[in-house]
Amino acid sequence: MTKVFGAGEDGVRALNAVSVAIRENEFFTLLGPSGCGKTTLLRLIAGFERPTAGDILLDGQPVTDLPPFRRPVNTVFQSYALFPHMTVAENIAFGLEMRRVGKAETRAVVEEMLALVKMSGMGGRKPAQLSGGQQQRVALARALANHPKVLLLDEPLSALDFKLRKEMQIELKRLQLQTGITFVFVTHDQEEALTMSDRIAVMSQGEILQIGSPTEIYEHPTRRFVANFIGESNFLEAEVLSVANGAAQVRLASGATLPASAPAGIQIGGTATVAVRPERADLVRSGADSTFTGRVENIVYLGTDTTFHLMLPDGQPFVVRMQNHQGAQQPFAVGEEVGVKLSPGAPQLLAD
Amino acid sequence: MTTTTARVEPRPLGKSGPTSDLIRRRPWLQRLLLIGPALATIGVFGILPLCLMGLVSFLERGMNGGVVWGEYTTEAYVNFLFDRDLDDSLIFNSDYLQIFLRSFLQSASTTVLALLIGFPTALYMALQPERRRNLLVFLVTIPFWTNLLVRNYSWILLLRANGLIDTALQSIGLTSEPLNLLYTDFAIAVGLTYSYLPFMVLPIYASLEKLDWRLVEAAYDLGANRLRALARVIIPLSAPGIIAGAILVFIPCLGAYVTPVLLGGGKTLMIGNLIQLQFGSSRNWPFGAALSFSLLGLVLITMVIYLVRYRGKAAHP
Repeated sequence: MTKVFGAGEDGVRALNAVSVAIRENEFFTLLGPSGCGKTTLLRLIAGFERPTAGDILLDGQPVTDLPPFRRPVNTVFQSYALFPHMTVAENIAFGLEMRRVGKAETRAVVEEMLALVKMSGMGGRKPAQLSGGQQQRVALARALANHPKVLLLDEPLSALDFKLRKEMQIELKRLQLQTGITFVFVTHDQEEALTMSDRIAVMSQGEILQIGSPTEIYEHPTRRFVANFIGESNFLEAEVLSVANGAAQVRLASGATLPASAPAGIQIGGTATVAVRPERADLVRSGADSTFTGRVENIVYLGTDTTFHLMLPDGQPFVVRMQNHQGAQQPFAVGEEVGVKLSPGAPQLLAD
Repeated sequence: MTTTTARVEPRPLGKSGPTSDLIRRRPWLQRLLLIGPALATIGVFGILPLCLMGLVSFLERGMNGGVVWGEYTTEAYVNFLFDRDLDDSLIFNSDYLQIFLRSFLQSASTTVLALLIGFPTALYMALQPERRRNLLVFLVTIPFWTNLLVRNYSWILLLRANGLIDTALQSIGLTSEPLNLLYTDFAIAVGLTYSYLPFMVLPIYASLEKLDWRLVEAAYDLGANRLRALARVIIPLSAPGIIAGAILVFIPCLGAYVTPVLLGGGKTLMIGNLIQLQFGSSRNWPFGAALSFSLLGLVLITMVIYLVRYRGKAAHP
């Protein structure tokens, strides 16, 4: 289990009072846009940066003062960083060589690692002779050869083409389950994060905004940034009528009152923002039972779905996404007044 | 309606005239004219003197110095290894070989010393932030602005009995007598290392500057401490720079003439002053030329052996 307290700074505040606990055998993802501090956090765990304040604990032991070569942590770098003057086998064996493992055992582990990443027989090649995907797998094998407690991956799939990336996502997940090593994965691709992770930490501008499982993060975002960065969200202004145990009653501008999930710290009586996912809303004929009404401004056909862009009476926009059950035919037309029905559990109160 | 087509011939740009046309139509001539000045310089100042010396080495020695043009003999080369007895038989003479060996050893030790001092210096320079790096490179090249003789004389002032070093040590109380550092092999080593150090530092610095330091981070990550990262990653990857530096120090040192004479007092004979003697007081030009070419030959053989071994290894990984 890794715990990071406190702030890391480098002139610019790269991380601001960040605190996170990562569980053993977990596939933990740091997700966020460029510059949010996720790479800095990773480097702190690896030991390449020192926190200005705070501690890093590994299995309960503080490692803050340990240099990277004394931590049971290994990194797969974004640029792979394979040693160009060594063969693939020598690269993989490097960590074992540093720990003075015997020749026979080293050879056995190297063979095992090559088989694990499906590159058996390529031990004699040099990195310059490999393709990008192959280099990435060697970097992975090299980091796993030491069987570290934590494996850090810094956007390892960003340089690969789409198909290869999809394959490697499955591979990485399989490897994590097979080896049982805690993976800490850094990415800016939210789809990647959702498909691979056990838990995600969404970061922005040096802060961790929310930590949770993929479903938690998607279904119950607690911050505006999270709701916007992952998938799409509609934002409605609402007045908080009551709050109790994570559930709240809110009144929308249209006058409708409905329940919403509430994160900690919501005050009664204030105005807050409610987030609703476009696919959790349905369009009904005006006059039918609905939460509020609006007018269709634009219809966008996306093949599998269609998005309806509405304008609500108070001037707020609202997007509804519906699956094309009936094919390309649309039940509603531009300019039509329609009703919007929200599915239960859809409204999420945001803390900001 | 008829259409008239006008035939337009493509006209080349630029002036046209007999000379420019002549050149334009012959690409090989263009190339020749472009590299002409460089070729002429190398030819006149490099190849020509070399050929002249080669010719001289095969001529007969003149009575009062100089050579006898037209009389060809291999006597000079024979003299390198053998002495002629009174009855014209050859006796093996190892004197000149010893001189060559001594010079080789001196050059080698200078190279090693320069490497030991130069590599850490270059490493330090490469690790500095960008702005300071340029300043450091500038500082390293400043000695070149001064004349070699002046630089060697400054060492005489430092090393001689009761010179600056002696005075400093005696005033601290470490020594009570003059150390007599000058006119020793040690003095020559110091002088040569000092003179050729920038030739070692700059190629190594150039190599290290291009180094991908993320590889060093990767080495740390995999369990290498600073020393092992140095040995297994930094040094192998800066090998081209190290080799270039070594060559740039070793070969000039072989023929070094000024430093061994000034700082060594001319007591021990090195290749440099040996050759100079032949063209000076010994008045044996063919022998001097033969010595020069023997030196050249030995260096070339060494480089060929090295290239074959090195290239051979690269071809069979």
